[in-house]
Amino acid sequence: MTTNADHPVIDPFAAALSVSHIKGRSPWQDAWHRLLKNRAAVYSAFIMAAMLLMVVFGPMLISWEPDFTDWDYTSTPPSLASGHWLGTDAVGRDLLVRTLTGGRISLMVGLVATLVSLLIGVSYGAIAGYFGGTADRIMMRMVDIIYALPFIFFVILLMVVFGRHILLIFVAIGAINWLDMARIVRGQTLSLKNTEYVEAAKACGVSDWNIIRRHITPNLLGVVIVYVTLTIPQVILVESFLSFLGLGVQEPMSSWGALVSDGAQDMESAPWTLIVPSVFLTVTLYCFNFIGDGLRDALDPKDHL
Amino acid sequence: MALLEVKNLDVGFDTPEGEVHAVNHLDFSLEAGEALALVGESGSGKTQTVMAILGLLAENGHVSGQALFKGKDLLQLNTSELNQHRGNEIEMIFQDPMTSLNPYLRLDKQMIEVVRHHRGLKKAEAIAKAVEILRALHIPDPSRIIRQFPHELSGGMRQKVMVAMGLLSEPELLIADEPTAALDVTVQVQVTHLMGALRENSNAAIMLISHDLGIVAGLCERVLVMYAGEAVECGSVEQIYYDPKHPYTQGLLNSIPRLDQPDEKGLKAIPGNPPNLLNLPGGCKFRDRCPKAFDACSEKPPMQADEDGHAYRCFLGIPA
Amino acid sequence: MARHALWRLLGLIPTLLMLITIAFFLMRVAPGGPFDSEMLLPADIQANLNAKYHLDESLLQQYFRYLSQIAVLDFGPSIQYKDWTVNELIGQGMPVSLTIGLAAMVLAFFMGTVLGITAALRQNTRVDYSLMGVAMLGISIPNFVIAPILILILAVYAGWLPAGGWDWSIASMVLPVVTLSLPVTAYIARLTRGSMIEVMHSNFIRSARAKGLPESVVIRRHVLRPALLPVISFLGPATAGMISGSVIIERVFSIPGLGSYFVQGALNRDYTLVMGVVIFYGVLIILLNFLVDLIYAWLNPKVRYDNKR
Repeated sequence: MTTNADHPVIDPFAAALSVSHIKGRSPWQDAWHRLLKNRAAVYSAFIMAAMLLMVVFGPMLISWEPDFTDWDYTSTPPSLASGHWLGTDAVGRDLLVRTLTGGRISLMVGLVATLVSLLIGVSYGAIAGYFGGTADRIMMRMVDIIYALPFIFFVILLMVVFGRHILLIFVAIGAINWLDMARIVRGQTLSLKNTEYVEAAKACGVSDWNIIRRHITPNLLGVVIVYVTLTIPQVILVESFLSFLGLGVQEPMSSWGALVSDGAQDMESAPWTLIVPSVFLTVTLYCFNFIGDGLRDALDPKDHL
Repeated sequence: MALLEVKNLDVGFDTPEGEVHAVNHLDFSLEAGEALALVGESGSGKTQTVMAILGLLAENGHVSGQALFKGKDLLQLNTSELNQHRGNEIEMIFQDPMTSLNPYLRLDKQMIEVVRHHRGLKKAEAIAKAVEILRALHIPDPSRIIRQFPHELSGGMRQKVMVAMGLLSEPELLIADEPTAALDVTVQVQVTHLMGALRENSNAAIMLISHDLGIVAGLCERVLVMYAGEAVECGSVEQIYYDPKHPYTQGLLNSIPRLDQPDEKGLKAIPGNPPNLLNLPGGCKFRDRCPKAFDACSEKPPMQADEDGHAYRCFLGIPA
Repeated sequence: MARHALWRLLGLIPTLLMLITIAFFLMRVAPGGPFDSEMLLPADIQANLNAKYHLDESLLQQYFRYLSQIAVLDFGPSIQYKDWTVNELIGQGMPVSLTIGLAAMVLAFFMGTVLGITAALRQNTRVDYSLMGVAMLGISIPNFVIAPILILILAVYAGWLPAGGWDWSIASMVLPVVTLSLPVTAYIARLTRGSMIEVMHSNFIRSARAKGLPESVVIRRHVLRPALLPVISFLGPATAGMISGSVIIERVFSIPGLGSYFVQGALNRDYTLVMGVVIFYGVLIILLNFLVDLIYAWLNPKVRYDNKR
């Protein structure tokens, strides 16, 4: 039985514990460094930033309006002379400005629908994970059931049934993708709930709310960020699917999917009308995927995919 | 010629914080039929020494020096040449049986593949042999157990299976990394007994990595004490246990609680911590914790040996 | 294990029910009926039509009537294609869609795993980076982008393959199958690569190497099985993804498969046809997921024996 007086072991040990010459790194710093080393992710981030700037500010700087039909120059290929740098479509609308404004819609849908997904998924998953037990089992069973359904069919049905209102698109698409988020958040909450440091916090009398705030939420953040970044391209993809089928945003709004669909109609005579929006769409999805992947590797290097 | 001769072995790992020097200028040798124990605390470099010799270092590791097995330098061999010795004349028993056994394969398949590959035994013969060894290790109903998967066995049984796998092809050199760590005392005895029997029957050499000085005493003749990746003392079991010359070895032996000396107060630990392998101090690496350190210790002490083959790396005892 | 399988099978019924219910009520909630686009019909003919298709009953009555019908696998007559029953239409479209789907799945699995294994064995070399870069492209390019481009290059410019249509010839199958399989192939390639790398770093692979086994044996006997487990798991969602993709593929290549019937049916409010297709695909996905679960349990001893206890 040790007393405070006689400590031949503990005192020198404690004294030697001040190993100040070793500089520690917080997990966030570690993750940041790992992310920076991932060149694909870094380049993608720059390209995405450029894309965002172009899409937001581009149309303001270009003289053409997206729905202005330039009868002098219908179906012209890209040229500097005509003033239409990326060419025009069959009715003479400037392709560049259409693509950029279409990009606004596609990206906006991506962000908002992802937000919807995020809100539903995180709340659902966190509740299921935190309360555990029967509530968790039932909630997860529901997720399993819904997961098995061929969702695209329901979205198509929704669009057909309720018309192509943009708000509905946000909600419908968001409603498809929350399942993965919910599963991940629930898994993470469950394992966090049972960690020793949460147990210790409880033993010290920390309130539930503070536990959630200080221990669970920061650890959820990483996982959520990764999934948000990976959901955005999925959502943009679904929206463009719908638009391609003619079930997406309504005229005069246009998105990349609709532009690709239009371009596919004229692809033999005016291939640029297909290629330009396709490139923008593909590059965006490509970059988001790399960024999401990079984030996932950075935050949890063992989670290979 | 010694069975295994390690000269000037250096093992390092490249990490974002710098290079971790796990093993530094290690020299030792092992004769055929001899049992040598590698003793030291966690992080002293015992396991990495062995990994380096067998070509199993992690990707960010590099090794220099020589590891001569029957005269051939293992460190210079490519993978297929190395594979002729690994599993064949040199067998290794790993530390953690849960992760070291393949959870997706039945035990019989895992156990016999070495002996079928290197010795060309037929399947039935190999299984029979494996069952025999399991029986010698007192595993009940071995022919049924051997058809199971690793996760169906208890921890102790898994470790016995690991040991049995190592003994199966009757290697010339058996390297065992903490083979008795998870076992209770009775099983420890059985395992040590079996390893001893291997030595007698086939004159195998054994390299035992262990913290457990009792097991070491029961099985080995010679002991190599490692600290901060270096050899600090080497000698026979009697020499090390009864006449330790290096202050670290002395500290190690002192820290063992003893029942036969009743007037002891508390545990006698060695004060301080092992040095940071990223940033090793010059001179004697034990200096900061050594109760007998003096000025000369800022230089690197040589390995001095006496006539009985008892060597230690210290300035003490050298006539000034 | 048989009892476990039976239990899982029973658990799928709620899923199926939910599928049917959601689809049913969604379709019926739509404004507009199936006959609105026709010429304005006299009232009594309208009434007759409504009675014939039971559209005059309450929604709940229609629901239960429908359930009892499907229980005997009678999906009713198509509203849009007046001379056909839904069963017949599904019978027509199914072989086409199934062939494309199956071929695409097989292609995706083999191409994907081979590419993934190659990348993993040459980790961090140029081969690895280029394979994974291309794979990422495969995941990112939407199939409705790739399809027209491939048609442009291979059919229009080069003239090697038909630009569309389906006549059960190999030539007409190539483009749709390849395009459909691309995203799944790419995903499987990435999944396989990641999984293999992770397995190759495990302790038990180190043990296998310490046994002096040649690397090819180590890969074949010790690495492959655990590495492929996540790919097997993925086959369930992969099928669902392919079914979604087939809707676009059939549109772009003008293929008379179930996907086309579905879109047309949805646009024309052909309730019975839409329901029939949704249920058919739903059952397919559910059964396939079930099959995949069984295969996974068989391959992964940890799961298999935990269930026995």
